Amino acid sequence: MNVPSRTALLLGGRREPRAIESLERRRALRHLAPPLIFGLVVIGAWQLYVVLSGDRESILPSPVDVARALVRDRSVLASSAGTTLGEILLGYGVAIVLGVSFAVAMSSSPLVKRAIYPWLVISQLIPIPAIAVIVVVWTGFDIVPKVIVVALVSFFPIAVNTVDGLRATDPELLDLLRTLGAGRWQRLRIAQAPSALPYLFSGLRVAAALAVIGVVFAEWVGSTSGLGNLILTYSNQTATPDVFATVAVLAVIGVALFSAVGLLERIALPWYRVAAEDDQRAR
Amino acid sequence: MSGAPPPRLEVCGLSATYAADSRHAEVAALRDVSFELRRGEFVSIVGPSGCGKTTLLKMLAGLLVPSAGQMLIDGVEPPELLGRLGYMPQNDHLMPWRTTLDNVTLGLELAGTGRPAAREIARRELELFGLAGFEDHWPRALSGGMRQRAALLRTFLAGRDVLLLDEPFGALDALTREAMREWLLGVWEADRKTILLVTHDVEEALFLSDRVLVMCGRPGHITTTLEVPLPRPRALALTGEPGFAALKEQLLAPLREEARLRLTVAAP
Repeated sequence: MNVPSRTALLLGGRREPRAIESLERRRALRHLAPPLIFGLVVIGAWQLYVVLSGDRESILPSPVDVARALVRDRSVLASSAGTTLGEILLGYGVAIVLGVSFAVAMSSSPLVKRAIYPWLVISQLIPIPAIAVIVVVWTGFDIVPKVIVVALVSFFPIAVNTVDGLRATDPELLDLLRTLGAGRWQRLRIAQAPSALPYLFSGLRVAAALAVIGVVFAEWVGSTSGLGNLILTYSNQTATPDVFATVAVLAVIGVALFSAVGLLERIALPWYRVAAEDDQRAR
Repeated sequence: MSGAPPPRLEVCGLSATYAADSRHAEVAALRDVSFELRRGEFVSIVGPSGCGKTTLLKMLAGLLVPSAGQMLIDGVEPPELLGRLGYMPQNDHLMPWRTTLDNVTLGLELAGTGRPAAREIARRELELFGLAGFEDHWPRALSGGMRQRAALLRTFLAGRDVLLLDEPFGALDALTREAMREWLLGVWEADRKTILLVTHDVEEALFLSDRVLVMCGRPGHITTTLEVPLPRPRALALTGEPGFAALKEQLLAPLREEARLRLTVAAP
């Protein structure tokens, strides 16, 4: 990218690339350091509490116990994580395709929207565990019910955000495009899709968090593998440090998914990032 | 005068009504508006805000349908007006996700010109439009005047013969606006497109135009037409001359009358 950052422009003209780099590195440090230090303090306090209180490992394992469990269970954790991640990604992918398609259909036809939208909202009021039970009864214990549950919970934020984004397109821009001879699909491609993208990414972020919750529920209801299954197994054995270790791996998957969406957004919407940073600085 | 070509654009008896909301009766926005633009002419419509200027331009652009009247292009009523005339709305509407260059090539892109060719054509105009060096910037990084020039370049590059400009300098500060007027005249003198410009600024209308139409509101109608006898090319110094002031006074009289009328109507 040869676009000079706005910081550089604000500080007067084009700065040396190296100056911008060090500026950005310093800013990244400023953003990363506080949460990292806070996290370390909390973990340290936790360790200290466990050592001082002498609680049993099966009640509250210390961070060191959890770390040991992570190392001990690494092969089963890795294979379970692979299973669960596969279920999440498949379901998430299905949700993206369906969510965006529904959104485009709803935004191009008011009738379709009126027919579908209320049902979308109602479908979200049904608790996930209840859905998970029914889906497992229908489709069995393999990967299919997990994919369906993940897709169901991720679908809603994606579809609703995309509908909002498509609708938020500046109507005068659409008028301008019409005067330039743009048809409906050209208007969608040139104006509506790009203005909906930031909304879509917000939806994707929410969906990423929900997908991890959904997959655990689906695995609890009926499964023979995966991290959710592993949590049940370990907790039946009162292997509490191992339960913590499994939860930690789930958390890492959640954070990774969330960050991947963020990274993709930065790559796909360079203009949007610049705008957001400007707004932040203005405040 | 037989044998003379028909006017570029002819507007006859245009009227428009709209329903403000379902409970109120229809409101008349325009009443019996008629005028014509000759080939290569620069005409301005000046009037207070809310007098129906924008409605008129939107109709000419094909975005709104009049309740009565005709619009002829080169003497013929086109079956579809949309897409025939170049239209520049009040705000620049530059797309924040496209660089300046990709914004100004929009019309070419929609006309089917390939991207490399469109960019090449646009690059040639960057200098004239004061955008050289900024083609790869996001619109966000442009100043108000640059954004407006980018929007104008987008309108020019769309290649229509008649341009409808809706208060192109309305959002700019006074100094930038003045500079932009002079600049616009330079651009226009180069290829003499037919331009219809809408503004509430009498000085702007006089300085730019061959002819000024005064529009008064509720419903919008044309009260005065003034041929501007000032020689071209024109420079900013012209606005300080006594002849200019006299013309300005001629245009302001009906507008002041209208403003006074509105106040007295609103008072009780």
